[in-house]
Amino acid sequence: MFNDLKQWFGSGKPWVWLNAGAVSTSIVMVAALLALIAVRGLGHFWAKPILEADYIEPDGSVSRIIGEINDSEVVPVERVQDASLELPKGTETVTRLLIKTGNRDTVGLDFRWILQPRIQEKRYPEELMAVERYEWGNFYGYIKEVRKDGEVIASGDNAWPALQPLIDRAAELRDKIKEIEHDKIGSINYQIEQLRLDKRRLELDNVAEGSPEYQEIAEERAALQQQYQGYQAQLKELYQRIGRDSFTGVVMGGQEVNIPLSKVVRAYRPNAMGMFDKIVFYFAKLWEFVSDDPREANTEGGIFPAIFGTVMMVILMSIFVTPFGVIAAVYLREYAKQGPLTRLIRIAVNNLAGVPSIVYGVFGLGFFVYFLGGNIDQLFFPEALPAPTFGTGGLFWASLTLAILTLPVVIVATEEGLSRIPRSIREGSLALGATKAETLWRTVLPMSSPAMMTGLILAVARAAGEVAPLMLVGVVKLAPSLPLDTNAPFLHLDRKFMHLGFHIYDVGFQSPNVEAARPLVYATALLLVLVIVMLNLAAIAIRNHLREKYRALEH
Amino acid sequence: MSESAPTHGVDISAMEREPRNRHLQDENICLEVKDLDLYYGDKQALKRVNMQIPRQRVSAFIGPSGCGKSTLLRCFNRMNDLVDGVRIDGRIELEGEDMYDRNVNVAELRRRVGMVFQKPNPFPKSIYENVAYGLRIMGKKGRRELDEVVEKALRGAALWDEVKDRLHDSALGLSGGQQQRLVIARAIAIEPEVLLLDEPASALDPISTLKIEELIYELKDHYTIVIVTHNMQQAARVSDYTAFMYMGELVEFGDTDTLFTNPKKRQTEDYITGRYG
Repeated sequence: MFNDLKQWFGSGKPWVWLNAGAVSTSIVMVAALLALIAVRGLGHFWAKPILEADYIEPDGSVSRIIGEINDSEVVPVERVQDASLELPKGTETVTRLLIKTGNRDTVGLDFRWILQPRIQEKRYPEELMAVERYEWGNFYGYIKEVRKDGEVIASGDNAWPALQPLIDRAAELRDKIKEIEHDKIGSINYQIEQLRLDKRRLELDNVAEGSPEYQEIAEERAALQQQYQGYQAQLKELYQRIGRDSFTGVVMGGQEVNIPLSKVVRAYRPNAMGMFDKIVFYFAKLWEFVSDDPREANTEGGIFPAIFGTVMMVILMSIFVTPFGVIAAVYLREYAKQGPLTRLIRIAVNNLAGVPSIVYGVFGLGFFVYFLGGNIDQLFFPEALPAPTFGTGGLFWASLTLAILTLPVVIVATEEGLSRIPRSIREGSLALGATKAETLWRTVLPMSSPAMMTGLILAVARAAGEVAPLMLVGVVKLAPSLPLDTNAPFLHLDRKFMHLGFHIYDVGFQSPNVEAARPLVYATALLLVLVIVMLNLAAIAIRNHLREKYRALEH
Repeated sequence: MSESAPTHGVDISAMEREPRNRHLQDENICLEVKDLDLYYGDKQALKRVNMQIPRQRVSAFIGPSGCGKSTLLRCFNRMNDLVDGVRIDGRIELEGEDMYDRNVNVAELRRRVGMVFQKPNPFPKSIYENVAYGLRIMGKKGRRELDEVVEKALRGAALWDEVKDRLHDSALGLSGGQQQRLVIARAIAIEPEVLLLDEPASALDPISTLKIEELIYELKDHYTIVIVTHNMQQAARVSDYTAFMYMGELVEFGDTDTLFTNPKKRQTEDYITGRYG
């Protein structure tokens, strides 16, 4: 028996099983985490049926509840603390449902917990309508009338068919308004601001008043003002047109609400939708999520600016970290005299990888933002002071901070790659009369480029998921404009930006409407994972291509 | 000569030659080693080596493993400079100039003294780029000039016919023997004066080995060739002069026929008759 066991251990099988167990546990945990995020996040966009139920309130009165079932949980009876509830003897647990009742403008709260045993009758009438709005969250209820300029044009059964074309019209007008407000007027404002700065610069340079430069600025400014007036008039007209229509709905309490269509995102009747309609609806919602701006304090709408900011920052980070890391590694491995000092530097570099990221954030804030940024402002942007240009957090400083954070990874991976280039290749190059630098540049560096890419992959994975340091050096919960736009110089490195990681934190923990935001937290987390995976896949594809190209003498 | 180089099959007759009847005192001297001592840290790897290597002849270094023959060879293009803790005393003169002088440009020197290593070490680039490497380092960019030199070098290394249709394929796709000839082509593309071959055929099969040997025989009209080998038959076949080294010392250096048939030193005789090594 003992011998058998000994033999079993001697055969190495226990270790194989142990390894296999560890690997499968890890895989299962990762898969489960992703599955949880995916189910919770992606489920949010599905058109849920709207429940209408008669509910016995604790005081005995019966009320009507309309809403989506968002969640349900089983709780022990004691926790319910509801004296008036009569339950059969021996009942230990009660199911309670979280209903999203919407209509924050009339009810005050979006969500409500109700007890299953108190529900008298459940119905799913096809006429129930959900309306997503730009203000006050969702509306749930019945449509009564559609109005044009305050006059009823359709009511009862005719109201629903009349509503949809009007919503489309409003959406079209809204797109036009957005184009003018955001793109055209935004651009004019930007130019006017630039002119103001130009003028201020002239003043700081002591250019005499009344010189032709001022004249030019004033003329340009006047031209822009005139354009602005034109757009303003157009806007006014558009606002009038979009405000024309409205509809009246009946909510669960029986109140009537009048909702202008300018505030409506979309209206739908989930109980009447077939599978195909629901799938179309689902993808429309999903597309909205990845391509639209957030609204309602980030609890609704899309997260496009956050995706854009994250990707942008990671790309900039890669651009900064690669040359730095590669040059440092080349010096350490190829030029520096190997000795105690280089060993010390290597240990220091490796330890840098273990420094808490918030420390990098503090460093970035102190050194980059306040010291470098402050001085840059003094030297190059005095006209904007006291408003800081680079003297405040922004895309540039955030990318640089993360570049420093990920520098050790790139250095270590590149050094590893350099040390793997066979000596014979270097000697072959040197024997042909190449200097050390030429050998490095023409042969060694290209051959170790896959290792550099490996370093970059690790750096990207780390940087894309990093949040803490960013909060100090340039991430905001809502950025007014993207860091890349059509106003010269197109790439605005000084702008603040949004980031998926910070968005998760902000929506999940700083949101005024936690229940509404929770699915978005999951969805955003899923998207962040996807973005990281995508960035990584791109880097891995490049690396594999390079590997194939420089497949060294592996024999 | 390149046009006449056979590319298919092996022409052994080229190597079965008439007695050479060469004498060192009649030759032009290309490389001269004077009182060379070399230390790796505390260990002395070369002891008081003195020798003269004749121009446009093939000189072979033989000897048991660890006798210092490769080390000596690597002194001729200062490849030993790359080794940490190496110290060299004495002189090596290339055409009468000390190559270990302070003012010598090492890259320039290595351009004059090419080297081929034991294992083929083509760069992971195309065949064309491998051969053009040295030229690009020298700053030559003209497409036509490069094409010409690459073709000439590949013909010189008896590889042209085998690769002319796939010059832009990766060099790593070639066989070991082809790779080694490519490396030789790469070395002769920059037209060195001396070609150092460090056991060039030891990693190759017999047929590739014969091709390389044939190539050496062809190349000696243009280059001074120094070859390290631990294959005595090979030394006897390809070389005009042979040096026998033992334990870091040059035991005997003379024309190949004499050294193999009538060695002056007892150690040499023991080695070539197979009593040790």
